[in-house]
Amino acid sequence: MSSSSQVTESWISSFCGLLGHEYFAEVTEDFIEDDFNLTGLASQVPMYKEALEMILDVEPEEDEEDEEEEEEDEEDDDVLGEERRGGYRRAGDRRHLRMASDVSVVESSAELLYGLIHQRFITSRQGIQHMAEKYELQHFGTCPRVHCNSCKVLPVGLNDSPGHETVKLFCPSCLDVYTPPNSRFQAVDGAFFGTTFGSLFFMTFTDLDIGGGRRSAAGAADALMAIQAANAEAKGRGSTSNANITSINGVAPHNLAPGLGVGNIYEPRIYGFRVSERARTGPRMKWLRMRPADITELDETRRFWEEREQGEKKPDDDDMTMVDVQRGGNPVDKRKKAVARSRRTNGSGIGGGSPMDTGSIGAG
Amino acid sequence: MDDFVSDTDSDYTSYWRDWFISSRGNEYFCEIDEDYLTDRFNLTGLNADVQYYQYALDLITDVFDVDCDDQLRDAVEKSARHLYGLVHARYIVTTRGLAKMLEKFKKSDFGKCPRVMCDSHPLLPMGQSDLPGNSPVKLYCARCEDIYNPKSSRHSVIDGAYFGTSFHNILFQVYPTMLPSKSLRRYEPRVFGFKVHAAAALARWQDEQREAMRERLKAAKVDVLFEEDEDDEEEGEPVSDEDEEMDVGEQGAALVAAK
Ligand SMILES: [Zn+2]
Ligand SMILES: [Zn+2]
Repeated sequence: MSSSSQVTESWISSFCGLLGHEYFAEVTEDFIEDDFNLTGLASQVPMYKEALEMILDVEPEEDEEDEEEEEEDEEDDDVLGEERRGGYRRAGDRRHLRMASDVSVVESSAELLYGLIHQRFITSRQGIQHMAEKYELQHFGTCPRVHCNSCKVLPVGLNDSPGHETVKLFCPSCLDVYTPPNSRFQAVDGAFFGTTFGSLFFMTFTDLDIGGGRRSAAGAADALMAIQAANAEAKGRGSTSNANITSINGVAPHNLAPGLGVGNIYEPRIYGFRVSERARTGPRMKWLRMRPADITELDETRRFWEEREQGEKKPDDDDMTMVDVQRGGNPVDKRKKAVARSRRTNGSGIGGGSPMDTGSIGAG
Repeated sequence: MDDFVSDTDSDYTSYWRDWFISSRGNEYFCEIDEDYLTDRFNLTGLNADVQYYQYALDLITDVFDVDCDDQLRDAVEKSARHLYGLVHARYIVTTRGLAKMLEKFKKSDFGKCPRVMCDSHPLLPMGQSDLPGNSPVKLYCARCEDIYNPKSSRHSVIDGAYFGTSFHNILFQVYPTMLPSKSLRRYEPRVFGFKVHAAAALARWQDEQREAMRERLKAAKVDVLFEEDEDDEEEGEPVSDEDEEMDVGEQGAALVAAK
C-alpha cells in the first residue's frame, strides 16, 4: 500500500492504509480534538496521553524527523479457516522500530484508542457519511450468501468493548453476520466498529435500495415466485394489500430483509425431489430465512388490535393461527409474551409450548 | 490452464488425475477410481456432451498417445477437464465417492461456513443445476442449511454441475451421524443497546414459523431438537430486564443528528 515517500503521512492515514485496515474510516482531527467525544476513554487505554499525541502527530519533547521504517509484510494468507485470535495488535508492532519497548506500548495504545474513537466516530453524523462513501465503493465486500445476490455489507462488532471478537460483516439483506473472507481481517477488533453502527447506518440512509440488483436478470425467476406467493397470500387474507404500504415498523418493505422469503430459501433436493421436512435429514432451518409474503403480518400492533376487536366478537380462523385468542384481552400481555419469547430464543433457547403454537401456521 | 500441457512430450504417463486434483483451484474434487472410469456404463450419455470424447477419456486414464499439435492438445485437455467434472458428479454419489468426499469434508477441504453463528462448520460443494454451464459451484452448510459463494475466485469459476444438486443431501442420508446439531442462535441487530424493532418483529415471526414446524413434526412423530433445547427446562419465565426496542426511520436519523 501507500507507505510511500517523504511527505509525512499522518498517523491516521498510515494506520488506515495498513493491510487489513481497509474497513477503517479516517477519523477527522476535529472529532478527536473535541474532548466530549473522548469521554471515558482515558481509563480504558494505557498511556492515554501519549497515545492521543501519537494519533494526532503531536511530537513529544524530542522533535526528530527520523528514519521511518515501514516495512509492509504482505502475507496474503488465503488459508481457508485460519484462526488467529490472540494475534490482534500485530499491525502496530511493525511501524516504527525506534525506541523499542516504550514506543511499541504507546503504539499499541494508540491503535486501541483510535479504534475506540473510531467506534464513536462512525456513529456520528460526519463519520457515518464517511462510511457511506466506503460502502458505496464496496470497500466492505458483499454477502457470501447466494440468495443475497452480492448485497453490500458493513463491518460490525458483536461487542462494544475490545478484546472479545474480531470484526464481522453485517448483511442488511438477510440480517445476519458473517466472517470476513480474508483472514487478515481476523486481526481487527470488532469493538472498533461496535454493535450500533451496522443498524444505525441503515436507519439513517433509509433511501438506499438494499436489494440492489436483485430485481435484475438472475433473480428474475425468484422474484416472480415471490410476487406470485405474495399475491396468493394477499388473496387468501382478503382485505390487506401489500402494494400501497410504504413502511412497516419504520422500514420500507422493499428494504426489509429483501434476501429472505419465498424464492430465497434453499430447498434441499435429491434427484429433483424435495427432501421432506419429515425425513430425518429434512430441513429444519428454513425459518431462519423466512419472511412473510404479506409484510403486514409484521405489524404487531395493528395485528393485535385487529385481533382483539375480533376476539371480542368471534375469532376468525385466519387470525387464530397467529395469536393466542383465548387469552385475548390485555394488550401488554401479548407484547410481553412476544418479548419474553424472543428473548428465550436468543438466550437460553426456547421451551416446548409457546403460547403461539396453534399448529397450523403456514402448514402445507 | 496450468503447465501440464507444456511438459507433455516427456511424461504424460504421469497420472493425469493426480495432476488434476492437486492443481490449484481443484481442491474440491476427489480422485475418481480407475475402475469407475473404465466401466463404460458409468459414462453413459456423456459422449454427447464432450468434444473429443474418446481422446479426453484416454487422457484422463493416461492412455492418450496421439501425436497432435498444441491446438488439438489444448482442446483435448479442456475436454478432459470437463469430462472429469461430469463423471465426478456421478462418482461422488457412489459409495466410494461419498466416502472420499466425507474425508475431505471432515478436513474442511471445502472451507467453513462464513455465517458467524455456525461456528466455522465445514461446508460441502454443490451445484444449483445438474446441467453444465448453468451456474458455478456453491457451498452448502448443513448447520444453517443455506448456500454460499466460495470466497476464492479460483473456485467460483468451477461448474456447479460437477457436484450436482443431490450429492450433499445424499451424503447426510448415508451418514446421518454427520448431521450437525441445529441452533437457534441468531444475530440481533441493535442500536445503542436497543433491539431494532423491524428486525426483532421479523425474528419473532420467524420464531412462530419455527414453532409451527415443530408442532407439525411433533404431530408426525418426528423428533426435532435444537441445541438450546437441552439446557432449557424452565418455561415461560421472562427474564426480567426489559429489552426495549427502537423504531427505525426519523427517530434513528434524529439520534445521529443529536450526536
Ligand atoms: Zn446476506
Ligand atoms: Zn452455516
